[in-house]
Order: sequence, then C-alpha cells, then structure tokens
Amino acid sequence: MNRLRRALLGALAALLAKPLASLAAWNESAFGAKTPQDALKGIGVANPAPSKEIVIDAPQIAENGAVVPIEITSNIPGTSSIAVVLEKNPFPLAAKFDFGEGALPYVKLNVKMAETADVRVVAAAGGRHYSATREIKVTIGGCGG
Amino acid sequence: MAGPMKIRATLAGGNTAGAAGTTEIRVLMSHPMTTAQSGQPLHFIQNVTVKLNGRAVIEAEVSQAVSRNPVFSFRLKGGAKGDRIEVAWLDNQGESNRIETAVA
Amino acid sequence: MNRAFAGVLLSLAFCASAAAQDVKKEIERYREMVSEGSPAELFELEGETLWKKAQGPQQVSLEKCDLGLGPGILKGAYAALPRYFKDADRVMDLETRLLHCMMTLQGRSREEATRRVFGNADRPSEMESLSAYVAAQSRGMKMVPGESHPKERAAYELGRALYFRRAGSWDFACTSCHGEEGKRIRLQELPMLIKPENARSVVASWPAYRISTSGFITMQWRMNNCYQQMRMPEPAFGSDATVALIHFITVTGKGEVYRGPGNKR
Repeated sequence: MNRLRRALLGALAALLAKPLASLAAWNESAFGAKTPQDALKGIGVANPAPSKEIVIDAPQIAENGAVVPIEITSNIPGTSSIAVVLEKNPFPLAAKFDFGEGALPYVKLNVKMAETADVRVVAAAGGRHYSATREIKVTIGGCGG
Repeated sequence: MAGPMKIRATLAGGNTAGAAGTTEIRVLMSHPMTTAQSGQPLHFIQNVTVKLNGRAVIEAEVSQAVSRNPVFSFRLKGGAKGDRIEVAWLDNQGESNRIETAVA
Repeated sequence: MNRAFAGVLLSLAFCASAAAQDVKKEIERYREMVSEGSPAELFELEGETLWKKAQGPQQVSLEKCDLGLGPGILKGAYAALPRYFKDADRVMDLETRLLHCMMTLQGRSREEATRRVFGNADRPSEMESLSAYVAAQSRGMKMVPGESHPKERAAYELGRALYFRRAGSWDFACTSCHGEEGKRIRLQELPMLIKPENARSVVASWPAYRISTSGFITMQWRMNNCYQQMRMPEPAFGSDATVALIHFITVTGKGEVYRGPGNKR
C-alpha cells in the first residue's frame, strides 16, 4: 500500500471516528426555502418530469393537519432518493431520503400541513428527476373525542 | 434528554422458491419537533440514519414539517432473520438517540 | 377558507348525500393510516417502565398489582374492567385501581399519587402512561366489564342516571351533547352512548393518543373534561360518579373486541 493511500485511509478512519453530530449534513438553504421552487432548486431539482411510477398513498382528507400520513413508493428503476415537498407549508421541503444499496425507494411518514394543499414527491433516478403530486384536504376538529 | 424509541423489523413477502421478500422497518421516536410557528426554540430532528448490520443503507434529512413523535416506515431488499437494524437520529440542538433490533 | 375546505363542510352537512359518504370513507382511511403508525406505542413503552419501577415509601413496583384477574396478571385485565373489588369494597375502573395499588402496594398517599393525574405532550402523567401499557395488554380481547355483583349493577344504574341528569349553571347533562343520533360539534362526532352500537366503538378505542395535542388521554380525563365543559364542579379523580359513568358506557358497549389504545383527532 503506497504512502498516499495509507494517509488517505488514515484520514478517512479519523473522520469516521468522529461523532455523528459533526458528520451529518443538513441542507439548510433547501429546508429554509420559502417557496416550493426554491426548495427544489436547493436540492438540485430543476424540471422534474411527471411520472405515474411514483405512488403516493395518502388519505384525501386529513382530520387533523398536525399528523398527515403519507406513504410513498417509487417504481422508477434506480431510484436513489425521494424528496417530499408540501406546497403550502411555510417551508415547503419536508424531508429527503437517500437510499443506498439494499434499501428500497419506499417511505411512510407523518407530516404537518396547515391547510389543504398539494403534496409533491420528487424522485431522483439515473441522474434525472421525476415528480408526482397529490392533493390532501385538511379539516379541523371540534372538542371532545 | 432524548425520549424513548420503539422499533419493529419483520420479514415480509418472499417464498420458498427463493423470491426475495423485504424487510419492513417501523420506528417510533419521541420528539417535540417544534416549529418556528410555535414561538418556542426550534427543536426538531434533522437526520435519521438506518443501518443494516452496521452499514448505513438509508440517510434521511428531515425538518420541522415532520409531525411530533415521528413514526417512519422503511423497507429493505430481502433480508434474513437476525439481521441487525439500527436507527439513529440527530436533532438541531445536538441531541441524538438510537435503537437497535434484530429482524424477526 | 378555501374552496376545498368549504366543499368538505358542505358535504358533511348533507349526511345522506353520496359525497358525504365519500368524505366519511376518506376520514376512515385517514384514521386507519394514522393508527398503522401511531405514537401511542411510545406511551405504552413508558407505562411499562413505570409499572416495573420501585416507588413510594415501600419502594416496590406495581408488578403485584391485582387488576381483577389476580396479582400481576395483565393480559385481559383491562378488558374486564370496571369491576367490583372486594378489598376496596367498590367498583373500580382502570385508573381508580391503579391508584389503589399505588397507595396499598407502594405506600403512596392519595395526595401525592394524584398530584398530577393529567399530563401534557411534553410530560405525560403516570396514570396516562400506565393506562396505555395496561390497556394494550388486552388488545384483541372482548370487553367484559363486571355485571354480576350488586355493586356493579348499582354502578351501572348510577351511571345511567347521571347520563341523563341535568345540573349545574347551564343545566347540562351528558345528553345535552350525547343525547341524539348524528350530532356533532364542528367536525367532531358526538356518539349517542345509550345505544350499544355507538358505545362499542368508543369502548374499543380508549385510552387514546390525541393527535391535536400529541398527548395521551384517558377515560378519567374524558369525564373530568366533560364535566368542566358542562360548567359543573370538577369531579374528584376516581370518584363514584366518574367510575359509574365509565362503567355504564363500558357495559353498554360490552362484547366489543378491544382494539388497543386508539388515536383521536
């Protein structure tokens, strides 16, 4: 093993030994974006092609916007990531999932929605981007229950 | 102090002919996921990592738009009983927690 | 509000219309999806820790608490409550019985054990977490509250009488809100609990995780809160009145398979 390679491996080992806190990246500008367009730009998405291969399973009506369950499956071969954008939220980018070897491009999560709006899911596969949207209505509740 | 977590990892699908099934993971996290709207200091999970037998297979960046006490479901290709699944989270205030389970 | 929301409200106003049926179906789908991934289990976990924790002057856990089926027997215990307990000579519901064990097994005073019976999202109360844990152990079992003992029958009659009894500055009774079929407050349904079919789904889904507050709510809390909303004095925790009402509702809904801690809006 040559000296450079050893040095690089050593540096890598030292980096991996650091606590999670200093390693984890978080896309501050994308998550801080106030419009869906800026949010998508922040994660490097320009003009995603609409795709029916992205399945968004969510109730049409959410009784309480504090918890809106959304189940996403991408049937696009080679999907490497899925991003969830809540179009009318103050900060539209809700989450981004990167799938490595062995993971399926699937996720179910609960999100907060203030009002009836479109949920946009963007999948990245083979260097290209695809998207699908689904409208979810948000109601309010009364007392009791 | 990080709140409790709960995880369940099970095998689904697959058959005796050797067709691969999936590993279904459901993880619950106790966390306020406080938003900017609340007027309280922002406190929400930013990163979630899912590891299979010590190797990261899913890396997620999440935000205050995720509901309080987040619940996530993930799926892995194939899998076997006894596989080690670990889910760890890290929040914007530097707090973290992790939980591990064996696939049942 | 926007068009879509107004449309939802309009559909709900005309209960018989096809649109309203679709709305109902979609809300059912929402509830189903939420329950498939609900934080309620986190409260069950917390409850398990508390059940096993040594506390009070006696420094013992609740693991020998007799919830009706014998000391420490959890499976099916919640499904058999409320019931008459000889050692206390009264009918008790889950929370009253937990309090009894805290006092008799752990040596805790009533004052200390009930200092904070209703918690919040940041810090659930002991009662809430314990209720979640104990109730979860009856998941999948039929609700069979006690009916044979004279005091159980008396509690049922008292509960039924209280359900109809108008009192307080507003002259309210349970029937003021829960007296007719098909009533609701905004979009919250108000089940008419005298009818078994309505009581059954209620009985099968309490205690519960409350989505709007991210907290956990119990039947004692529900009774307490209803009395407050009716502008009546706050009932004492585990009082005869609250236990009687809970018993009445549970007996009316008996036979239903308990689904485990539920999820409420």
